[in-house]
Amino acid sequence: MTAAPDASPVLRLRDVAKTYGAGEAAVAALTGASLDVHGGEMVAVMGTSGSGKSTLLAIAGGLLAPTSGEVEVAGRPLATLSTRRLAAVRREVIGFVFQDFNLLPSLTALENVALPLDLGGASTATARSEARRALATLGMRERARSFPDELSGGQRQRVAIARAIVGERRLLLADEPTGALDSVTGEHVLEALRERADEGAAVVLVTHDARHAAWADRIVYLGDGRIVDETRAARPESLLSGGVQ
Amino acid sequence: MSVKHSLLVLLGDGDRYGYELRAEFEQRTGGVWPLNVGQVYSTLERLERDGLVLRAAAGDERQVRYALTEAGRAEVGAWWATPVPVANVGRDDVALKIALAVTSPGVDAGAVIHEQRRAVMTSLQELNRTKRASTDAAWDLVADALIFRAEAEIRWLDHTEQRLSLTRSKAGLPAAAPRRSVAASEAEAAR
Repeated sequence: MTAAPDASPVLRLRDVAKTYGAGEAAVAALTGASLDVHGGEMVAVMGTSGSGKSTLLAIAGGLLAPTSGEVEVAGRPLATLSTRRLAAVRREVIGFVFQDFNLLPSLTALENVALPLDLGGASTATARSEARRALATLGMRERARSFPDELSGGQRQRVAIARAIVGERRLLLADEPTGALDSVTGEHVLEALRERADEGAAVVLVTHDARHAAWADRIVYLGDGRIVDETRAARPESLLSGGVQ
Repeated sequence: MSVKHSLLVLLGDGDRYGYELRAEFEQRTGGVWPLNVGQVYSTLERLERDGLVLRAAAGDERQVRYALTEAGRAEVGAWWATPVPVANVGRDDVALKIALAVTSPGVDAGAVIHEQRRAVMTSLQELNRTKRASTDAAWDLVADALIFRAEAEIRWLDHTEQRLSLTRSKAGLPAAAPRRSVAASEAEAAR
């Protein structure tokens, strides 16, 4: 499942720092975070409120520029890209999944999912067929023509994930993607993210919930604006040989 | 876990041999609690002594079938009607250890918490992976129970760490101890 160690990471963060404000009012959200995420790997980022989790994700997705440090996505250093090129990387390589779905209410599920491809200049036919495929992988083929308000919370989140993976997106960034969903529906959302990682995407999941983080191959903890602890998945054969009681 | 009541429940569905009881117990509870057959027979003997089961007519001299008595049936009914006792407050090993760490000068309680969280998190990942690969509904149910408990323990550890760091910053101490192994901080304390 995890990529070979010599493969270059899809996401590479080096000593990333971010300070909001200046002078007396300056707040350091990140003080030097480094993280590599390879294709086929799912990494959970945990930490208390205000530990910089969402800032880290926004920087990884090129939505926010770091104050210092390096960010590379699929081998491209984001700092060197023009605004236009950066927008293209965000659209073509990176998929975002947020807590509040962010679906456009006036578009059907299919149109919502096709939107990033439409914006990227794909033909309508290509965008639609890719969108249909993405919806199908999430078990939402039947609901392609539904509008967001005709879908349940879990279904809306599946559409949001379909939109995040449509095309050849190699990096998926999810910020508390289960939001207010009940625990069984939330599990389906995590299952969908896990499947994307198993198919080769690099997935970063920001969560405060250990049960969700357990879907990841690696769990990193943020504290004081940097990564302070890490748990890697152990070998499955040690299960129940003195594990949880 | 009550082996006694589990066996009585199984016998409620019909007479069984000891080996059958063991196999059925493991199948119906996801195989999480391995039960040895000696334990099954010693429990059956006690149940027989207490009048809750009796030896049914043996078809084969070498195998003894057990059957539930009326008293046994009543015992099962009472068991379903009674909640499993909630653990006594304050008898949690991890809480105990961390309480001692917090009040021991020279021990880095934060490091003790990290080590514990790491261990629980690892087992949570393993449980999750096994559950994903499983097709056994009984095991899924038991795995969920273990998963939610492990999650609760991690939430409590996070909560404790945060409280500890708030207390320290109020007292003018460094907000969070740098992450290091328990062994390292003990070695430092010994110096």
